[in-house]
Amino acid sequence: MTMTDNRPNTVVGTRLLRREDPALLTGEGKFTNDLSIPGALHLAVKRSEHAHARIVNIDTTLAAALPGVVAVYTGADLESLWAAPMPCAWPVTPDMKNPVHYPLAVSKVHYVGDGVVAVLATSETISRDALDLIEVTYEVLPAVVDLDEALSDKVILHEELGTNSSYTWPLLIESTPGCVEEAFKNAAYTVKERYVQQRLIPMAMEPRAIAAVPQPFGGDVTMYSATQVPHILKVMAALTLGIPEHQLRIVAPSVGGGFGSKLDVYAEELLCLALSRKHNVPVRWVEERSENAHATIHGRGQIQHVELAADSDGKLTAVRFRIIADMGAYLQLVTPGVPLLGAFLYAGVYNLPQAYDFSCTGVFTSLTPTDAYRGAGRPEATYAIECGMDALARKMNIDPYELRKRNFIQKEQFPYTAFSGLTYDSGDHALAAEKATQMADYAGIREQQKTQNVPGAAKRIGIGMASYFEMCGLAPSRVLASLNYGAGGWEAATVRVLPTAKVQVVTGTSPHGQGHETSWAMIASEKLGIPVEDIDVLHSDTAIAPLGMDTYGSRSLPVGGVAIAGACDKVIEKARLIAAHQLECAADDLEFANGLFSVKGSPDRSLPMAALAFAAFTAHNLPDGLEPNLEAQYTYDPPNFSWPFGTHICIVEVDVETGKVQVLKYVAIDDCGNQINPLIVEGQVHGGVIQGLAQALFEEAVYDSDGNLKTTTLAEYLVPAASDVPSIITGHTITPSPTNQLGVKGVGEAGTIGAAPAVMNAVIDALSGLGVTSMAMPASPQTVWRTIQQAKK
Amino acid sequence: MAHHPTGEEIEDTTVIPAAFDFKRASSAAEAISLMGEYGDEAKLLAGGHSLIPLMKLRLAQPTMLIDIGRIADLSYVKDAGDHIAIGALTRHMDVEKSEIVKQHVPLLAHAASHVGDAQVRHRGTIGGSLAHADSASDLPATTLALGATYVVQGPNGQRQIAAKDFYKGFLESALAPDELLVEIRVPKTSGGWSFQKFNRRAQDWAIVGVAAWRNGNNSGVALVNMGSTPILATSVSAALANGASIADAAELAANEAEPQSDLNASSEYRTHLAKVLVRRALEEASN
Ligand SMILES: Cc1cc2nc3c(=O)[nH]c(=O)nc-3n(C[C@H](O)[C@H](O)[C@H](O)COP(=O)(O)OP(=O)(O)OC[C@H]3O[C@@H](n4cnc5c(N)ncnc54)[C@H](O)[C@@H]3O)c2cc1C
Repeated sequence: MTMTDNRPNTVVGTRLLRREDPALLTGEGKFTNDLSIPGALHLAVKRSEHAHARIVNIDTTLAAALPGVVAVYTGADLESLWAAPMPCAWPVTPDMKNPVHYPLAVSKVHYVGDGVVAVLATSETISRDALDLIEVTYEVLPAVVDLDEALSDKVILHEELGTNSSYTWPLLIESTPGCVEEAFKNAAYTVKERYVQQRLIPMAMEPRAIAAVPQPFGGDVTMYSATQVPHILKVMAALTLGIPEHQLRIVAPSVGGGFGSKLDVYAEELLCLALSRKHNVPVRWVEERSENAHATIHGRGQIQHVELAADSDGKLTAVRFRIIADMGAYLQLVTPGVPLLGAFLYAGVYNLPQAYDFSCTGVFTSLTPTDAYRGAGRPEATYAIECGMDALARKMNIDPYELRKRNFIQKEQFPYTAFSGLTYDSGDHALAAEKATQMADYAGIREQQKTQNVPGAAKRIGIGMASYFEMCGLAPSRVLASLNYGAGGWEAATVRVLPTAKVQVVTGTSPHGQGHETSWAMIASEKLGIPVEDIDVLHSDTAIAPLGMDTYGSRSLPVGGVAIAGACDKVIEKARLIAAHQLECAADDLEFANGLFSVKGSPDRSLPMAALAFAAFTAHNLPDGLEPNLEAQYTYDPPNFSWPFGTHICIVEVDVETGKVQVLKYVAIDDCGNQINPLIVEGQVHGGVIQGLAQALFEEAVYDSDGNLKTTTLAEYLVPAASDVPSIITGHTITPSPTNQLGVKGVGEAGTIGAAPAVMNAVIDALSGLGVTSMAMPASPQTVWRTIQQAKK
Repeated sequence: MAHHPTGEEIEDTTVIPAAFDFKRASSAAEAISLMGEYGDEAKLLAGGHSLIPLMKLRLAQPTMLIDIGRIADLSYVKDAGDHIAIGALTRHMDVEKSEIVKQHVPLLAHAASHVGDAQVRHRGTIGGSLAHADSASDLPATTLALGATYVVQGPNGQRQIAAKDFYKGFLESALAPDELLVEIRVPKTSGGWSFQKFNRRAQDWAIVGVAAWRNGNNSGVALVNMGSTPILATSVSAALANGASIADAAELAANEAEPQSDLNASSEYRTHLAKVLVRRALEEASN
């Protein structure tokens, strides 16, 4: 592609500092709750304190009488406001069961935190005080916390569905019928493991916040929301509330992280919208930290039954996976589809014949709904195969790296048609693994283990690796159609060269920490030959950027960034016509470089982009029939997913007496194709790795048997701090994607996908000499200590 | 409160405290008289780093806060001959950095440096930490191990309470409602010492902690978060005095403890940790 040629002013590929950061680091960034909105009423939501109960009576008398309280609504009071239930956009099977779910519960509550009563008051404090005055009488019903118990249907949460199972989604791919069973029968080695993906709380630094502001006259309403998906939210809110879509404007101001948790349509958004219209005043709401732990979606939550079959060399011959996925109490926007985003990845980076037997059952529990969380389905899949590979290596008594080498899809095989029929665009797994093992001194650690991990040693050292493949860049619209997803996967961009040669790039992506303003300006600068500081990026406001599919699934660069490049191409082509007209040559005779059109062979005859922008604006001298102005819109629908990959290696030391795990070294080799800004790539890898490592060692949403969440503050829900994580050694291989003009893949989720299995494989490796063969996540000191005690028995 | 040493339930999850009034006292005497005036409804506010979190969760709902945080003459560290005297309003950071504390009671300076993070240590006070009587906090056990004496002042003047008599139960102390903790007197120590704080994240409260010093046959060992109060491990010190080996003495670490179970540790695991950490502490203190 043209971006890698030897232009002197090339900006793509440089470590440009993020233009977003000064405002964020100095506290100048405006988040939703920073907006001052005169006259706004404050919403507070009374939430269920029971996991499963029938609402017998609600007494709001005292709350309604509190001075400053403007209105108090129960679910029944508001029923008439909803045109449709809360949306689930991904009915994964035709017979999927989806309980009707409104912003406030009407007759039953299904998790601790389920909204029951809405209060509007003149101040935030009064709104919270009023909650304490509301008396809700419940008939308490048994909670359903455990997934196996949920499947048994002993207690059914949504009676009208007749079962707790939402769906079963099978993917059986066999070259000949019965070949999976056959392969297991004939295997030299088999592995059978059960892994638990604990529930995680995304814990974005900024909790959710909303302000719905009715506009004067005509019924228009603007909603500010800390969301990742203003565009999707607009469509869904219009449908759910029956508001004409053109009357809705959604703005996502600075958004303090999401990790998927703000990829949703939430009850409070619908309440703020509906009540602001009903009262014709602005209504705002901000979530408290512990409320966030209850009322914002959780991630993961799976039991994975993993079976691998291999021949005598350790080459995989068949795999079988049975997944039970925790939906929580209701289906949110894409809840049922999340585990299926990993469904094609359970064979990882390995050559597998067509012998793949996967099935996932989604099941309701009386817990906070789950939905997309960084990696969404793909970390779970990668964990299953990568920890499974280590288990296989232990069984064969060979080195796990050696086992991987025997199974990697080889570089020459790309583009590789997988067992599933999907085409993996490009890759070189052996190279990434080799680089990682060198940087981690894999061989050296293996030597060190011989002297250190001796019987009686107080501290044992372990090394673990995970090679991953990520299916991201969501997504080709036609493939989404085949998965029954309710929308497309394209992205839109507009590039507008203003009369003074400043540029507005309008994107449909919705950044919330990823640095799109910087990266998108770099792409446009490189394309147009206009200095990066002259380029502004507009986003996250449906009035300014009306078309978009938002930000999630590592899609923004491989789809949205490529759309910008495409829009730049259209601008250049239009400018070329004007240049040719004014230089009196054929358009084909012009070369374009560094922002300058020049006639091939006579470089003195040239026109810069700036002159052409002004010419397009004055429209005094344009080719016949050409529209004035230099602006183009382009929508890109990717022909394939993008397939980033890499190898992560973790080295740990385990204190055998206390069970405490210390990460000594972490090496991440990631290949996301061409890098627009390596600094931002590294930042994404760092954050991702820490989130994956947090799943391995720290984080877990713990519930008691009554369905009460026990980890409701940051003191109990152990998000690691800087002092608790290693400094991460990053490295890269670069294998451009052949499917898009930038040669890019996504990198937002990669770190998270590689980290959890690398860390857990290291912990088990450290303790394998003590007979430990498996370890639950998070590998807390107590869990590690207990596992060692059990292995001793 | 952020951590739950006895595993009690949090029902409320709000971050906005209930309404309260606020008065600032400029001297100990004024604080005590205000306490007398407002009685049960009032609470003293020092650094606020234990009280405000409770109020935000609405687990504490005082209607009057009496701010003692700016009583300057209660913030000091003095060399008082056989002991050092620390004003109750001295911030953790000032204890940690004090040359006097570092020289004469290095264990206390070191323990103070393990309280929360730098922000917490710049706000929280030693007096607040001790008066709050949280067994999971670092300084109650540390001053207990060191044989400290607390000076408290009430409407009828001052009295002294030995640390070992101060802690009565979970968040319960021997302080009367109208009394103020004004000074902490810590005997000077010589010999070896060790502070072992076991937690999952560097800035968390201890899952189990050990503060220990040893000087020949004499020793003091106290445990953090091994019961509803800080625990003086008297059996360990007695065994050492009788010539037991460190390993054998450490086996007695939990004799006086009644460890609770919580999200991070069962009582069984806590007991195990106490033994390991006491052994490590004594090994370090004996070097
Ligand atoms: C994020 C965080 C992490 C923390 N981590 C740790 C940790 O790792 N280890 C640890 O030990 N502590 C930790 N703490 C607690 C911290 O040490 C507090 O500063 C300390 O517990 C209380 O001191 P304070 O001055 O803030 O007291 P306040 O919160 O102001 O008061 C606490 C209680 O004591 C009473 N009180 C205060 N001063 C007096 C006095 N002079 N006389 C009588 N009564 C008084 C108050 O009325 C109140 O009931 C942490 C706190 C936070 C917020």
